[in-house]
Amino acid sequence: MNEILEGIVKALQLIFSGDPTVYGIVFRSIFFSGTAMILATLWGLPIAMLLGLKDFRGRSIIKGFFNTMIGMPTVALGLILFLIFSRAGPLGFLGILYTPAAIILGQAVLVTPIIVSIATEAIEAVDPDIMNLAKTLGASESQASFAVLKEALNGVLLSNTASFNRAIAELGVVLLVGGNIAGATDVLTTSISRYTNTHDLGLAIALAIILLAIVFGINLAVILIRKSKIAYLLSQKISR
Amino acid sequence: MTLIAELRNLTKCFDNRTVLDDINLQVHEGEILCLLGPNGSGKTTLLKILAFIEKPSKGEVKFQGETVTDKNVERMRMQSTMVFQKTVLFSTTVYNNVAYGLKVRKTPKSEVDEAVKRALNLVKLKGFEKRPAKRLSGGEQQRVALARALALDTRLLLLDEPTANLDPKNASVVEEVMQTVNQELGTTIIMATHNMFQAKSLPSRIALMMNGKISECGAPNEIFRKLSKGLVSFAAVDNTLAGTAKASSAGTTLVDIGNGIRIETVSHGSGEVSVFISPEDIILSKDRFASSARNVFKGRIVEISDLGSVVRLKVDVGKTFTVQITKRSFNDMGLNLNMEVFLAFKASSVQIV
Repeated sequence: MNEILEGIVKALQLIFSGDPTVYGIVFRSIFFSGTAMILATLWGLPIAMLLGLKDFRGRSIIKGFFNTMIGMPTVALGLILFLIFSRAGPLGFLGILYTPAAIILGQAVLVTPIIVSIATEAIEAVDPDIMNLAKTLGASESQASFAVLKEALNGVLLSNTASFNRAIAELGVVLLVGGNIAGATDVLTTSISRYTNTHDLGLAIALAIILLAIVFGINLAVILIRKSKIAYLLSQKISR
Repeated sequence: MTLIAELRNLTKCFDNRTVLDDINLQVHEGEILCLLGPNGSGKTTLLKILAFIEKPSKGEVKFQGETVTDKNVERMRMQSTMVFQKTVLFSTTVYNNVAYGLKVRKTPKSEVDEAVKRALNLVKLKGFEKRPAKRLSGGEQQRVALARALALDTRLLLLDEPTANLDPKNASVVEEVMQTVNQELGTTIIMATHNMFQAKSLPSRIALMMNGKISECGAPNEIFRKLSKGLVSFAAVDNTLAGTAKASSAGTTLVDIGNGIRIETVSHGSGEVSVFISPEDIILSKDRFASSARNVFKGRIVEISDLGSVVRLKVDVGKTFTVQITKRSFNDMGLNLNMEVFLAFKASSVQIV
């Protein structure tokens, strides 16, 4: 019991003293997962728009695929990516195994199904007449699609949050393709695991507190944004 | 007379179902043309084709002298805009809704502000710019949709049942606006309606639609004269009833529409006639009460359709009448299917058509 209490005290000391090891890890975690989320949005959102707006053969199969992929165990995906990125693998020539690039790519692949599925649902939920409305007001095909996307903004924001949370909290991909190299590819989850094993409970608890704070903080912020008028203001900015 | 639009041998099918069947129609510059017909007669599809958001399956559409093709359709759309029957709004402010089409046209900000203001004034929503559009009442929302189309000052304005879901106050604002833009700006208006009064008073011409075809087209007087006897068969138009008219001792006319129902009206006619009562003009009550209304009937609610801010009821009193009341009254009165109710309407609300 004493050991745990000491750990908590040590953790608070580390957090409030601005310990460089702790904050390096926190920075990497946010940077890797944030970049992964942006990448996944860049390629996931166009897929979602296609699935949400167009009717074509095989559409429901693709939708089903992305829905199923949400449940992909991260360790399994980590292993697959490890094999692809390893020297003998098809992308071995890139030489990115155990680098930040591998982590970012891996997490982006991991969260793409979340972006695609949630954003597709949101786009499908938009009144189908919005497309015709935009057109009769003079919009081109692409401007009309953009009008639909704006109506789905809340859902797209939700897909971003959900994917960031999944990325920052996952362990399998980041451990297997990142290698948990101290000061280079170690992030919150891998470090918590390492320091728990080496019995550095203070560090482990400090990092766990920060991880929880980030996840809860972001969720709270999004709830507040969706409730307040900020979403309105954002949508006006975009339309200008 | 100059033509603004022309449809030649136009057919539109959806999955083997023919919605428009060999339509030929000429739209004159500066007129108000009314498409009158029951639900499902193809009015909306015809409007969408004239808005260039729906492509005909066969036939030709000409707009301002040019044949509409895939290449020029986006340019054509800039000169023709449609207001849908169901109000569709962007989830943003009234200003951004009304300004949308102007922003698409890359209009300078100062002109956008000016046009938005003008359009909102027209529909009597002055100062509503910053309000979230979706939090307005149903009638106000429909007026925002109208303002959004008016702000573009297009040559052709297409209105799909512009007053069908509105209470009388909002409806009269919309009718007033139609006349203003038609007379002052010379905007050509095509509107779809199943409201007889509207068809009689507003337009320069009426095109009667039935099963995807235009059966008659001409001036309102002409159309109504031709139809006075056949209107009932034509119309699933609400509250249009056939009967035999004869003068009463009080100077009014009594029309026997069968099943023991006699309707008293101040308009004149004799022999075989059709009468029309606007669904908004019928008062619904749970008890019989003393009033000046000459026509009171007891009946049962057989159908309830929720249209947003208003509710449309079908009441069987021996013949079926359609009654339109506000959602609020509907809730306050706690109405239900099969409930016994009374209908009352004035002799002056009944028109012989």
